[in-house]
This record gives sequence, C-alpha cells and structure tokens, in this order.
Amino acid sequence: MAEPLLKVSGLEVHFPIRSPFLQRRIGTVRAVDGIDLDVARGETLAIVGESGCGKTTTGKAILRLIDSTAGSIHFGGEDIARHGAAALAPFRRRMQIVFQDPYASLNPRMTVGGILAAPFDIHRIGVAQDRAERVAALLRTVGLPPEAARRYPHEFSGGQRQRIGIARALALEPELIIGDEPVSALDVSIQAQIINLMKRLQADRGLAYIMISHNLAVVSHVADRVAVMYLGRVVETAPREELFFRAQHPYTQALLSAVPGRGRSRQVLQGDVPSPARPPTGCHFHPRCPIAQTRCAEEAPASRILAPGHAVACHMVSP
Amino acid sequence: MSAAASVPDDAGTSAPLLSVRDLALHIPVPPHVLRAVDGVSFDLRRGETLGLVGESGSGKTLTALMLMRLLEPPLDSLPQGQVMLDGIDLMTLSEARMSALRGRTVSMVFQEPMTSLNPVMTVGRQIAEPLMRHLGLSAREAAARAEEMLRLVHIPDPRRVAGAYPHLLSGGMRQRAMIAIALACRPAVLVADEPTTALDVTVQAQILELLGELQREMGSAILLITHDLAVIAETAHRVAVMYAGRIVEEAPVALLFAAPRHPYTRGLLASIPRIERVPAATLPEIPGMVPGPADRPAGCAFTPRCARALPRCADAAPPLADLASGHRVACWNPADG
Repeated sequence: MAEPLLKVSGLEVHFPIRSPFLQRRIGTVRAVDGIDLDVARGETLAIVGESGCGKTTTGKAILRLIDSTAGSIHFGGEDIARHGAAALAPFRRRMQIVFQDPYASLNPRMTVGGILAAPFDIHRIGVAQDRAERVAALLRTVGLPPEAARRYPHEFSGGQRQRIGIARALALEPELIIGDEPVSALDVSIQAQIINLMKRLQADRGLAYIMISHNLAVVSHVADRVAVMYLGRVVETAPREELFFRAQHPYTQALLSAVPGRGRSRQVLQGDVPSPARPPTGCHFHPRCPIAQTRCAEEAPASRILAPGHAVACHMVSP
Repeated sequence: MSAAASVPDDAGTSAPLLSVRDLALHIPVPPHVLRAVDGVSFDLRRGETLGLVGESGSGKTLTALMLMRLLEPPLDSLPQGQVMLDGIDLMTLSEARMSALRGRTVSMVFQEPMTSLNPVMTVGRQIAEPLMRHLGLSAREAAARAEEMLRLVHIPDPRRVAGAYPHLLSGGMRQRAMIAIALACRPAVLVADEPTTALDVTVQAQILELLGELQREMGSAILLITHDLAVIAETAHRVAVMYAGRIVEEAPVALLFAAPRHPYTRGLLASIPRIERVPAATLPEIPGMVPGPADRPAGCAFTPRCARALPRCADAAPPLADLASGHRVACWNPADG
C-alpha cells in the first residue's frame, strides 16, 4: 500500500483549566486523547461524533491551527507536529479548511476578489497582474460569475458564501481540505448543491478530504471511510459500508439508530455526553453503554482490527 | 423513511381543535410589502401531530408566533386571518384573555432552551409559575407538581434539579425542563418550534420519544415546526410543507414521503442524502435559492426553480386544492403520484 498522505499517531490535545484569579492549573480538558488516523490521496475520511467529542479540535490540530500536546502528524512523510512557522509554511499551502459558518468565516470588509487573492499575496505566488485572472478562474470553478469578485460577502446568500469559502480553500491547490461541518449551516435545498460541488472538485483534482460532521446521512453520502469519536477518542474506524451496515461499537450502533427517519426500532441512549474535563474511567462510554461490564469501568479498551480497515475499541466486541 | 405512530382513531372524523384560516403577515416596508406569511390554512385535531416543514424564511416560525399571539410591536397589529381554538378566535381576543390561555391551553417550546429559560429563576419556580397563575395552586402545591413534572420528563434527581438554575443543566436537560414548563398545565395544543435542532442526535432521539410519550398520555395536539424532514417522518401524523410564506403541499406523513406531488416537495426529498447501500454519484439538486420576501416572484413563488413550470405559473398563484382524501397541493402542474 502506498504511504498515506496524512498519518496521525497518538495525537493528544489537552487544555489546562485554570483557577479564576491566580491562574493556577486546576485541571485538564482532554479534548483529543490519543487518536490515530490516516488519509490516502484522493480519499474522504469522515470524522463523526457529537458536540464535545473533539472532532473539530482534531481538525485544527492537524492543520496546526492549535498545538497538540503529544503525538505525531506526518504529512507527505514528514512529521509536522513540532514544526515552527518557517518550516510549516510550505505545508500550509498543501492543507486548507472550509468552515461551518459561511457568515462568520469571510471578512465582511473585503471584496470577494480581495478574499480570494489574499492566499496568493501571503504565499507570494504569481504577480499582481495575473491575480484578477486567477480569482476569476477560482470563481468559475465553484460556479460563481467572475463579476462576484467586485462584491462584498453580505451581498451573497449562504450557499454562495460557502462557494466562496471553498474557492478560497482551493486557491493554493492543496492536497488535503478539511471541511468542518461545511453544509450544516445551509438550507436543505442548498446542501445538495455544495455536496455535489465538493465531490466534483475531488474527482477533478484528486483532493483528499477530512469531513468533520455530526450528520451521518451526509457522511454516508460523501465518505470512503469513517472514524467515530467519543469524548476525545476514536471508538471505531471502518470503510463506509462496513460502518453503516456492520457497526460493532455500541456507541456507533446507538448513534446510527438515533438518526431520525430510519424506522422506529430505536435504541435510545440514556444520559448526556459527559464533560471532557471529567471523563469517566476506563472506556469513556461505559456509563451510557447498554452492554458494559465491570472491566469497562476499569480499563480503557485498545483498538483491535476486526476486518480489513475496520478497527474497534471495545472490550465486549469479539473479533 | 417510515410512517409515524398510529393516528388516534377519531383523528379523521372529529372536529378540529385548532383551525387556522388565511393567516397572513404582510409587513409594509416602503416601497415594498413583505409577504412573510401569505395565507396559511390548516387544521389540528386532538392527539394529533402536524409537522410544519420549510427552509429558513418560509414563514413557519412566524406562523407559530402569530397563533401564540407572541409577535411584538409594531408587528403585532399586522396579522390577518382566523385562528379558532375550540370555537374561540385567538386573533380577536384581548391580550388579557389571550394571556389567560397562553401556557394553559396553548403552550410553546422554543429551539434554544438557554435563551428561553429565565437565567435568574430556579427551574422549579419556572415550572411552578404557570401552575400558580393559571390553576390557582398554592406555592407548596405548585412546587410539588413541578417536581412531578420533572420526573415525568425523565430528569434524574428532580428535587435537586428543581432547585437549580438553568445554566447548571446540559442542553438536553434544559430542553426537558422547557417541555415540563410548557406541559405543566396539560395544554390542549403544544407548539414546538425546532425543539431538537440545537441538540445532539442521541439527545434528539430522547426528546422526540419524550414528546410522543407525553402526547399519548395527555392527548395534546402538537404543531411541530422543523426544517428536518427526517424528524417529521418519525413524529408527525400529517405534514404541511411551506415555501415562501405558503403551504404548498399537505398530506398524511406516509403519503407525503411515498408520493409527493408538489415539485418543491419532490425536489427537497430527493436532495436529502440518506444512509443507503450505494450512494448516488451526485445528489439531485434544486437549482437556485429560496427568494427573499422582498424579491418573491409573482404567481407561484417556486416558478423560477421549477422544472415543471408552465406559463401560467408566473401569472397566478395556485390555490391549495384537494387531490385525494387529505392530500392537498398548491400547484398548476403537479407531478404524478
């Protein structure tokens, strides 16, 4: 097998909790607590989970927008987890992000042309004269007219703004784009337009995607492989079909059965997701787990391979 | 998608509990008139859940606020039409009489429990308040009933939660507390506006189960407002689809999902990704976007995005007409069933 484009090993992102006045460290939020992921060129890995599971923090740590506290991030074979700004600069071009909220992620005081030209300025690519041409080409790629360059973000609808956000991510021809809930803020009839656009761009350019989402129906449509996170850990990773039709981890099964509109034999989980500042002992899921045993409260399960590409971290699943 | 729970036996025959006719909100913003809600009519029967679905700007939340008489000045003088609840027209009631009904006979649950709960009042007090005000319970009786309500919505340790302030509760617990407030007086009609949209999917499943369970127990009618067709598929008996201020299609839930007739409903259902074995290479799209209330086209508002549009569609808006029993469509050229 070829070397993956991205290989994340043992990634941890811990945030200190400080006391209000003296700023003493009084605890730790284990937002990401030792995860392994890899992404091949041209493939889509989805990271799914509920709020607070650490999926967005994982994405930001991979992009080096926040620092990880442990682990390695190999991109194109090189560990970038501890790179300084200078060493990181060439990698910044190769990884980009599309944010959830198309209203908050575009600078309202810049024209769309200015927003799309900024990546070229920052990375000193090309000359000022051909900027307009590059911007026009980007706009056409995402289905917007070149005249859009002269207008401001507020003049566009949510779906059009998300197209602008995608155009900005494409500007430097990255190899990997992380989409953090890229369609969740959009109206239902617009979501399909953006999903189709992202799939077409992937096919045309061989892009790899990490799709971070809580929407399993969207994920089932775009992902090649899926990683399910719960309280900072990956509990199950599997190819799309395997995950949606042969899920093994009790949390994945509960998540799938909670998706509305799939029949009424629903397995409803009790309780809420605990705080990542005070995660349960052993397997983080054990207090809500319908099949937990004593062992689950004592010892965190290691991830085991059940089938090619299908890994599960659960004591109760037999291979 | 599956059909919802069984409809109560008398749902088809009994007189409607809530009957909305030609409800409209036309907001003058010179030189325009924004037709935010443009002639909405529907019935809701005892024990029934009617899903009102639409995208942002379709007018579904304004419809709810109008029938609760919760629009604030200067909008409160603008609603037109009729909202008959058990023979009383809510639109013409004095504010004093309306406020005697609100929370007692008609209640509302909002999307964001954090902004709709009072942050400086304990959860128990907030449930007790309508009981004291509407049912004349003493403070002690109301406090006991508040705890009972918290138990009813499956909040663990109800005594402790009754004495807690909203910020101490998780999102799911807050939404349960809000449902407890809304249902404290056993209202005949519950209006739930996106009650699970702010919640995680496993918590959403809990809240939807809870609403169904309480409905079976209390016999309340529920108007469930949402943008999420999958939620509707699970919880509603009937569905009304709104587009640009109007209902474009209404049908029993199984029929709407199996044989939608309005091109907008069909497009919407086709464009939603589903968990299925082989994903289609591309999702069917509805081209364009929802028009704003200021630039709504004449005639049928869906015409510019519609593949089945005829010349007449741009001239006159089609009425919501009966196709078959309980299936109504507002379209000059509906698709085959």
